[in-house]
Parts: sequence; C-alpha cells; structure tokens
Amino acid sequence: MKNDNNERLTEEETAISETPSSEPVVAKKEKVGFLPRIHLTKRDGVSYFEAILVRALAILAALIVCAIMTVLVTHDNPLSIYATIFKGAFGKGRGFVTLHEIAILLGVSLAVTPAFRMRFWNIGAEGQTLIGGLATALVMLQFHDKVNVYALAVMMLVAGLFAGAVWGVIPAVFKAQWNTNETLFTLMMNYVAIQLVEYFLKIADKSGSNVVGPRLLGDGLPNLFGVQYLFNIVVIAFLTVLLYIYLRYSKHGYEISVVGESENTARYIGINVKKVVIRTMILSGALCGLAGFLIVGGASHSINKDIVGGRGFTAIMVSWLAKFNPLMMVLTTLLLVFMARGADEVSTMFGLNKSFSDIITGIILFFIIGCEFFIRYRVHFDRPSAQGKEEN
Amino acid sequence: MKDGLALQLKGITKRFGPVVANNNVDMELRYGEILAVLGENGSGKTTLMNMISGIYYPDEGQIFVNGEEVEIRSPKDAFDHKIGMIHQHFKLVDLFTATENIILGIDDGKKYSLADAEKNVRDITERYGFEIDPKKKIYNMAVSEKQTVEILKVLYRGADILILDEPTAVLTPQETDKLFAVLRRMREDGKSIIIITHKLHEVMSISDRVAVLRRGEHIATVETASTTEAALTEMMVGKKVSLNIDRSEPFGSEERLEVRGVNCVSADGVKLLDDISFTARGGEILGIAGIAGSGQRELLEAIAGLQPLESGEILYHNPQNEQIEDLRNKTPQQIRDLGVRLSFVPEDRLGMGLVGNMDIIDNMMLRSYRRGAGVFVDRKKPRDLAETIINDLQVSTPSASTPVRRLSGGNVQKVLVGREIASSPTVLMAAYPVRGLDINSSFTIYRLLNDQKRNGVAVVFVGEDLDVLLELCDRILVLCGGKISDIVDGRKATKEQLGLLMTKVRGAEADTEKEVTTEA
Repeated sequence: MKNDNNERLTEEETAISETPSSEPVVAKKEKVGFLPRIHLTKRDGVSYFEAILVRALAILAALIVCAIMTVLVTHDNPLSIYATIFKGAFGKGRGFVTLHEIAILLGVSLAVTPAFRMRFWNIGAEGQTLIGGLATALVMLQFHDKVNVYALAVMMLVAGLFAGAVWGVIPAVFKAQWNTNETLFTLMMNYVAIQLVEYFLKIADKSGSNVVGPRLLGDGLPNLFGVQYLFNIVVIAFLTVLLYIYLRYSKHGYEISVVGESENTARYIGINVKKVVIRTMILSGALCGLAGFLIVGGASHSINKDIVGGRGFTAIMVSWLAKFNPLMMVLTTLLLVFMARGADEVSTMFGLNKSFSDIITGIILFFIIGCEFFIRYRVHFDRPSAQGKEEN
Repeated sequence: MKDGLALQLKGITKRFGPVVANNNVDMELRYGEILAVLGENGSGKTTLMNMISGIYYPDEGQIFVNGEEVEIRSPKDAFDHKIGMIHQHFKLVDLFTATENIILGIDDGKKYSLADAEKNVRDITERYGFEIDPKKKIYNMAVSEKQTVEILKVLYRGADILILDEPTAVLTPQETDKLFAVLRRMREDGKSIIIITHKLHEVMSISDRVAVLRRGEHIATVETASTTEAALTEMMVGKKVSLNIDRSEPFGSEERLEVRGVNCVSADGVKLLDDISFTARGGEILGIAGIAGSGQRELLEAIAGLQPLESGEILYHNPQNEQIEDLRNKTPQQIRDLGVRLSFVPEDRLGMGLVGNMDIIDNMMLRSYRRGAGVFVDRKKPRDLAETIINDLQVSTPSASTPVRRLSGGNVQKVLVGREIASSPTVLMAAYPVRGLDINSSFTIYRLLNDQKRNGVAVVFVGEDLDVLLELCDRILVLCGGKISDIVDGRKATKEQLGLLMTKVRGAEADTEKEVTTEA
C-alpha cells in the first residue's frame, strides 16, 4: 500500500437488507493519479471450491517464500531444501515422532475448541495441560512401584483429567458468577501452574535437577503393540472424531454454539448459560489434562515446566484456522508440525539456531491467515476507461 | 426562489455483488422543495441517498449539484457541495453537549471558541424554530432532541440540501408535527429537503413532490397535491394492495394471561414497569402502544421469564387442566415445563429470536432441540418444519440450510414467526413484528396473527404504527413511561387519542413528553 495517493479503498457492504450495518469506510480524497484504483468488495457466499483454491494457493505461496528464505540463509538449492524439510519431518525413523507431535498439538487444539466455539477465550490451555501432566506425574511418583500397570494407567488418567478440569473450571465459575474476564484469568492460571511444577520439582527431587524423569516416575504407560507413541496417536485420533460428533450432533454441542453466537438467544430459549459455560470449561480443561497425561505418561515419562512447550498457545491458532472444526484441525496441525520439524532439520544441518524454525512457522501463518482476507473480499481494478470517465 | 435544480441524478446504478440496489435512477430536486422518497423495504431508497451523501460511490451515472456535475466520494465531499444527511441511527457522543457534538470535527481554520459556536447554534435554532438547549448533554436527551442535534449538525455546516432517512420512525405524532413545522420553515428559507418515509399520510402532509422507487428503479415523481395515498401505494408495490386489515370479532373471551400489579426495576434503580395490571384473553388481539422504550420490551420479557420482577403476579390460566400457574420469576425452561404454551417473537430478531449465523433448520431447532431422550439432536423434524415454513410462508431463500442472516428482514421475520406459531401456542406475544417489513410481508404477519386469534390464542401485539394497531387489535393497551395510560377499544379509539395517551399518563400533565426518555 505504498501508493496511497493513487489507490483508494472503498468498503462496500453486500447487505441484502437496506440499512447499512456498519460504519462506511471511505478513503480520504486522493490526488489524481495514473495507477489503477483498487476496489475491495465484500464477498457474500464464496463457493466451497473457491475457498479451498485460495487456501491451497496460500499454502503454495508460503512454501515458496519459505524456500526462498531458506535459500538466502543456507545458499543451498531450493529443491534440496524441500528434500531436507521432508526428511526432517518424515525421514527414516522420524515418522512416528512427527505423527506424535501432530497428535499432541492436535490434542491441545481439540481441547480449546469447545470453549472457543462458545466464545469463551480460554488461553490457559498451556496451564491446564501442564497441571494435567503434573497430576499424572504425582500419581506416577507415588504409585508406579505399588500397583500394576493398568491400575496405574487408570489412576494417571483420572488424575490428569481431574486436574485439567479444575484448572479450567475455576475461571469459568468466576466468569459465570461475577463476569470476570476469562482471557486474563486463564492466562494467569498458566503462571500458577508453572510455579506449582517448579515447586514439585524442588520437593520431588532433592538433587536440584530441573526435570523429574523416569528414575523417580517409572516407565509410565506401556507401548501399544510395542510401538512407541502409538497409544497417544490412537487416543487423539479417536478424540478428534468424538469431539467432532459431540460438537456437531449432540445437544450439548448445539447449546455451545447457541451460547457462543448469542447469549440473548440462549436466555430466550431457556438455556442456562452459566451451566453451559461451566460444563464446557470442565470439558475443555479435562481434555487439556488428557493431553498432559499423554505427554507425561505416554511419551516423556518426565516432567518439567517446559513439557507443553507453547502448544497451549499454538493450539489457539490451530483451532481458529480450522474454523473450530476438529476434522480440519488435522490439516492445520499437520502443516504447522511438518514445517516446524523440517525447519529444525534445516537448522541442524546448516548450524542455524532455533529462531529459524520460528521464522518458517511465522511465514506459514502469515500466508494462511492472510488468505482469509481474499476469501472475504474481492479485489478488482478500475478499468482505465471507467476511471477516465469518473475523473471527468 | 431560484429556478433550476438543486440536485439532479442521471442514470445512477449501484450493484452489491449480484444484487442491483439501484438501476438507472433519474431524480430531480428543485430549490426550496420537500421531496419525499417512497418505496418498500429493499427498494433502494437508503442506498440512493447514501450515494448522494458520499457513503457509497455509484457504479454508473452522474450527479449534478446546482447544474454542475460533481464527484462525491466521501461525506466531506458531500458537505463541500452543501449536502448533509441525517441518518436513522444517530452518531452522537453521549457525554458531550449539543453544541460540542455539533462542532465536532469542523475544521474551518478559525480559533476554537465554544461560546461563539453556541451563539451560532442559537441563531440557527431561533431561525428555524427548534426547541433545544445547546448546553444539554446528549445522555439527558430524548430521542427527538437527539434528532434535532443531528439536524443542527448538518445545518451548522451550511448544508442547503438536507436528506432525512426515516426521521419520523422514532417520533410521537406530536413530535412529528413539530419536525414538519421546522422542515417547512427550512423550505421557506430556500433549503431543499429529501425525506425518506414509509408513512403515506406523512408524505401527503409534508411533501411537495413524491419520488417512488420500486426494486431499485425510479417509477415516477409526482406532485403530491395531484395524487392520492392509494395511487402512491399502487406505484410503490406495483399492484393494488388493500390497506384494510381483516379484523374478526373476538373468539370466546376466556381469560388466558392475567398480569397483576407488576413492578420492575432496572439494575440502575430506574423504574421500568410501574404497577402494570391487565388481562389477555383467548381469541383476541391485545395491542400494546407506546413510544419506544416505555416498558414494552420489559413487559413482554417479564412474562416470558427473562426479566425479574420486583413485585406482582403473572397468572396463566391453563385451558387444558383449568389450573392457574404463577409464572413470576420462573425461567423460560421452567415455564415450558409447567405446560404453558407461550410463544414470543422478540423485537431483536437476529439477536434474540434467532441465531444469525445458523441456518434455518438449526434455528427451528432452538425451540425443539431438547426433545427426545438421547444425547444427540434430531435434525429430521426441524428440517421438515423448515421446509413447511419456507413453502407456506413463501420465504425466499436459496435453501433451508442458508444462514438466516443472509435473508432479508421480511424473510427473517417469517422464519421467526413461523417457528413460534408452529409450537401451537396458547399465548403469542409479538414485539414489533412488522418493523422494517414491506407491505406484503407485513400483511402475511397480520394474517398469521389473525389465524392465531381465530384458533383461540391470546395474541399480544406490540406495535408502533398506530394505523395498524387501530385496524388490527381488539383492545389497545397504551404504555407511557412504564405505566399503563389506558386500555382502549381498538374499534372506537382514534389516532389522536392514542397519541395523547402515549405522551401522558391518565390525569397527568400534558407536557410529560420531555420526561419520557428512551433508555432502550
């Protein structure tokens, strides 16, 4: 938008009703110029195919820009960069690790989704997941050498779900009763969870290590069919389908949508809004707790304050990009994890630091989020003849 | 008076995507005249005016001001050509005084002086006969005063062409008369005025000429003196539509809903409902009239279980088991669990009655989704209901799975009323059910309400158009400032009578209209 003098932006409402529903946006009077004017028109009802096409093009563009970026930094040729990225994600021995990464990020994303559909901005998934992991670790610490592995698994699961649910329901109760701001509340709960983990590390391991691992916690969940991470992947796969059905076809899911779209409508038809908010946040928190349980019990068998590693926040984007549709989230997580792991591989190979992976993720998000603009608006240029007439 | 044209439109066309809002519209405005622009909803009146005032830019066509072709690309361009528009929705800063709002945004290069500005405002008000205190804060003002400020804003900037978009929609008959007096004075002063209105009698009383739009096209411009309401209606709708609303005698008169001494206070301690008592009977339509914000919404919401009461009783006489239930302070769910078949068409259709982003099927489900034992919703029956309503009420929609926010106002209302009637209610409350609807859709709604009356339903109709209330309702309850002024016979009452009752409570002073604030 450098040529502000020559371009003009006019937002037009594509409303069938007569009253303009929003403030008109009219650009300041411009100087006469020779470049074509750009008009933005709000689209109404983009076809499914068009929307998919725009998004596909955005992903393609993102991959190209990522490659250019990588070539600039590494001076390698673009094709081999793609090969390296692919190898990083799905190379020999990497497949299950990447799938597991996808599963865990997807798990946290699924967890925040019911709350988001309700327009309850739960940005405390990080803390809810961590506290679920901590509860799991506590059970492992206390019981790993006292009960059999199946009983232990059940206890870990219950502990994880319960802890996550508690972390989720506290802000929900405050919101329902006193209308506190859930965004700030859930955010602050993250720090409480981190401090609790730090405290746990101090008392569980007197040696002062900043991680408590299998030495104290035991081996956690057994591998399914002897394949590492398979258990976690299967659980998340089931969860994805279940959550999709819950949100789309259950009475609860319907109530969540109504409350999210319009609280007034919910009151009008007699939905108990407070009850739905609390119930849904218990679910959201418990699912975060489940993710924490899977991370600690099914993968790392250890706990420290970084086990969630920012997924609680990435999950917000994943969920949003997929328009809160669990099935679509599989694709968004796939894309993000694939590129992040590929970028890790590139940075290892060329001795770059961790920031490189962040840059790549940033570029991808930029394109994916940016393309939504083109789905919502149509951009067209004035024909020169029409322009001449107007400036007559 | 100058000869020639203050404003001329030639071949104006405006499209929004596939929708043609205005098609090749020609229109002329003379110096010193009042031109009424008449048309059904969706006929493109507001869009056309928005192009004159710089909010939209036409796709095709030319605009001439004082005989010269101009390009109006922003409201500021419009002001430069001395065109000012008074919108339906006010754009004022509540905490500022009238004067502060009026001079807000003016950059005339002179030193800022509130005292000078105030003097100028007083000059204008005296010249045209406005009644306004320039030092009054907006939040203390009644709707009519806010509108005056909006008009002053435009005059202060020196507008010679004024466009008023449905200015009388928010006014009482008395206030409307005052506004018209002011407009006539402006006309004598040489201003050219365009007024958009739905109300034919206002067109007849205020305008010199009438421009009729239909489906985005200019049908004709006629001299008001040489036309009739019937002729205008015909031009507007394209075919002769009877303005007579059917009204049958009440069917039975069983007491259905009894409201006794209801009081209700807002969170700020303002009295919303003050000792309201009345009875709604089966088989009749009870109208509720009043200036916007006189307690109509609170009254209906109190009955529907959405508004807590301070005191009083709301008794429902159940026709099935002859029992009397007190609905006071029950939730909508509890009311339904009692077997009370109460339907409610709220004023805020997309914000309360329906969910805009959901499709018609899911909106049908709002009332019925709890049915059935399982944890899953049944979309089969709502889908059938949606199809039935689309067919029976001729809802124009691409399909039953179109989000309702994409539908036009009339179709949205058909969906909502259709759903509320589908649950075979014994009491049907409808708040402003024809607001914003064109004549044909309005008559569909009147017919539906009359059908319900015939079925023995107690219908409560909150309306704003007094003509409609007088033609449709058996009895009319008039509210003023949260109190009942009177309950009158719909067949005998007159419009003037209602207008007076709306602005003063029985026996109270006549000048209460200034105290009637509109918090709504």
